[in-house]
Amino acid sequence: MSQTNQNTRVVVGMSGGVDSSVAALLLKQQGYDVIGIFMKNWDDTDEFGHCTADEDYEDVRRVCDQIEIPYYTVNFEKEYWDKVFTYFLDEYKKGRTPNPDVMCNKEIKFKAFLEKALSLGADYLATGHYARVEHRNGEAHLLRGLDQNKDQTYFLNQLGQHQLIKSMFPIGHLQKPEVRKIAMEAGLATAKKKDSTGICFIGERDFKEFLSHYLPAQPGEIQTLEGEVKGRHDGLMYYTLGQRQGLGIGGSGTGEPWFVVGKDLKQNVLYVTQGSTHPSLFSYGLLASDLNWIPNEMPQQTFECTAKFRYRQPDQKVQVEILNENCWKVVFEKPQKAITPGQAVVFYNGEECLGGGTIDQALDKDEC
Amino acid sequence: MKEIYFDHAATTPVHPEVVAAMLPYFTEVYGNPSSIHRFGRKVKTGIDKARSNIATSLHTEHSRIVFTSGGTEADNLAIIGTALANRDRGNHIITSSVEHHAVLHSCEHLERLGFEVTYLPVDQTGRVNPDDIRKAIKNSTILISIMYGNNEVGTLQPIQEIGTIARENGVYMHTDAVQAFGILPINTSELPIDMLSVSAHKINGPKGMGALYVSKDVRFAPLLYGGEQEKKRRAGTENVPAIIGFGKAIEISQVAMQERQQKYVEIREMMLSVWKQAGIDFCLNGHPTEYLPHILNVSFIGQNTETLLMNLDLEGIACSSGSACSAGSLEISHVLKAMKLEEERQRSAIRFSFGINNTMEQAVYAANKVVEIINRLR
Repeated sequence: MSQTNQNTRVVVGMSGGVDSSVAALLLKQQGYDVIGIFMKNWDDTDEFGHCTADEDYEDVRRVCDQIEIPYYTVNFEKEYWDKVFTYFLDEYKKGRTPNPDVMCNKEIKFKAFLEKALSLGADYLATGHYARVEHRNGEAHLLRGLDQNKDQTYFLNQLGQHQLIKSMFPIGHLQKPEVRKIAMEAGLATAKKKDSTGICFIGERDFKEFLSHYLPAQPGEIQTLEGEVKGRHDGLMYYTLGQRQGLGIGGSGTGEPWFVVGKDLKQNVLYVTQGSTHPSLFSYGLLASDLNWIPNEMPQQTFECTAKFRYRQPDQKVQVEILNENCWKVVFEKPQKAITPGQAVVFYNGEECLGGGTIDQALDKDEC
Repeated sequence: MKEIYFDHAATTPVHPEVVAAMLPYFTEVYGNPSSIHRFGRKVKTGIDKARSNIATSLHTEHSRIVFTSGGTEADNLAIIGTALANRDRGNHIITSSVEHHAVLHSCEHLERLGFEVTYLPVDQTGRVNPDDIRKAIKNSTILISIMYGNNEVGTLQPIQEIGTIARENGVYMHTDAVQAFGILPINTSELPIDMLSVSAHKINGPKGMGALYVSKDVRFAPLLYGGEQEKKRRAGTENVPAIIGFGKAIEISQVAMQERQQKYVEIREMMLSVWKQAGIDFCLNGHPTEYLPHILNVSFIGQNTETLLMNLDLEGIACSSGSACSAGSLEISHVLKAMKLEEERQRSAIRFSFGINNTMEQAVYAANKVVEIINRLR
């Protein structure tokens, strides 16, 4: 057991899931001074008194007892509401599709929570993300998780050096099945626990129903780009660009599926088009803001790399032009479908995640 | 790692003599005290002895003692039991905003049943003003429940005065003495009170055991129905080993009480002086003179309760804040809120509470650790 590890205190952000459980286990096995902390960001207590957070915390307690580490819980409900949920609603109000996970990592996990970890004398904060971080010559490099299917660097694109230099991702070199196997072999209480899906505070609930509690829905017309009325929509916020399901206008026209191609907030109109190859579905570039660049060395004014415009999408070749500090133009090598304002564009060089920004606008061929 | 336990207001270790007294009652003296045979009689004798111990310590007769499952049940029984049995006389109850949740939530339950409850404010030291009691009393008032000493900040309430007002107005008086019992002498024959709650595990007795003192004149309804145990005031087969343990714990607590008080005061003073010397920015919460000596509540200005507690725990030192809530996270204590302390003070308060095994050396060690942690966090 390494002497330095023994004197290195690591706080593990534990969600009650298998990934963070195994992260804590591995660190403990490596001899670190490990502390498990559960973060409560949202209260979903229902009429029967059930609260997902309570159940998750119970799993955290079991796992921490098993691997013999102290555990605590911290409450960031207020911070989460102010920094993540408010942003989430604001983006929907603007007709955009927010990414609360990116914001949560930026504002909560690697900010408020990191500060808490450091205040407990921690040298590092570890999480169960599928990502890797290499600390070389005082510089942190964020690398993709080796499980390509699970890689979560997309959600970590807003982290800076000061955060990554304090971060550890103990399961980033593992495949998900390996993580499960380690948990099973160690008999961890969370070994067979189902992975959480969707946005954490919505969980398994109906998205439309959830959102309607917070934002007034304004039904309106669905039109083709030519102005032909095709039906009614339930409120623009419920639709994402490129969306095909749930439009309720299937079968008409040529019989091909219909896709969302645009929203007019002022007129409250949802624009659709028919057929998956319709030119209006494709973009040739995008404009991004809230840009974050991870490496110490800033890029040239124009550079080439690969990028993702949504989670789990294969990398696409792009050329980036820095128009100004808060606006980068990203031009695609191949036209892309469903470029969605509010989502993240994340840049890569091979295995390394370079950073990213928020998509503000998709660009047509003649705008690139 | 050195482990120091400064959370005796939460619970205490069971005294070895208490354990020894309890043990035979698990395997040897195991009869049901309600039985007519010798097995039952033997147990009954033990219970009688324990009941006499508690009665003696409170200066009352043994028939005035009802054993319960703890302080919480004693509070529930006193408040809900009295309220339900005296509905014909009125539906108004007076309590304070710094009571233990066992009292506050019992009152809230009664509100849902149609009772009216007045929650009196406290001053910045956590004390209720007896004049407020006087003003709050009306024709429909049936019960006043004000705690003896506060569990978070240690402030003692003017029970004598409040009880006198209750008497003058023909209103029942209950006091939650869970924190004070065994620390301070309590004489029910001199205090103008009708009911008083106590608990075993705060005085080195077993958990899950408490009692309610009820004066002869109180009309109250039980909460639990069943057998005729506790003179029909609390049904259910007695938790015999715990009752025996409680009796023993009381016996121990009544010996050398003043010496222990003195020790706790010295421990307090020592910790405060360490912080003063180290130039730590702190302030004492509670009353400067009227306090329970084993409870020390301090705000470390600029710090955060939760962070301090975790850091202290990592150093092996156990202390606490107000109340821990579900999923473990801390809420600002209702007591500090009611005392209207500055938010800064509410957010940085820590409670150290002392017990029979604590030493001066531990006090110095822990106080210095606090200094170390605060200096690191700065």
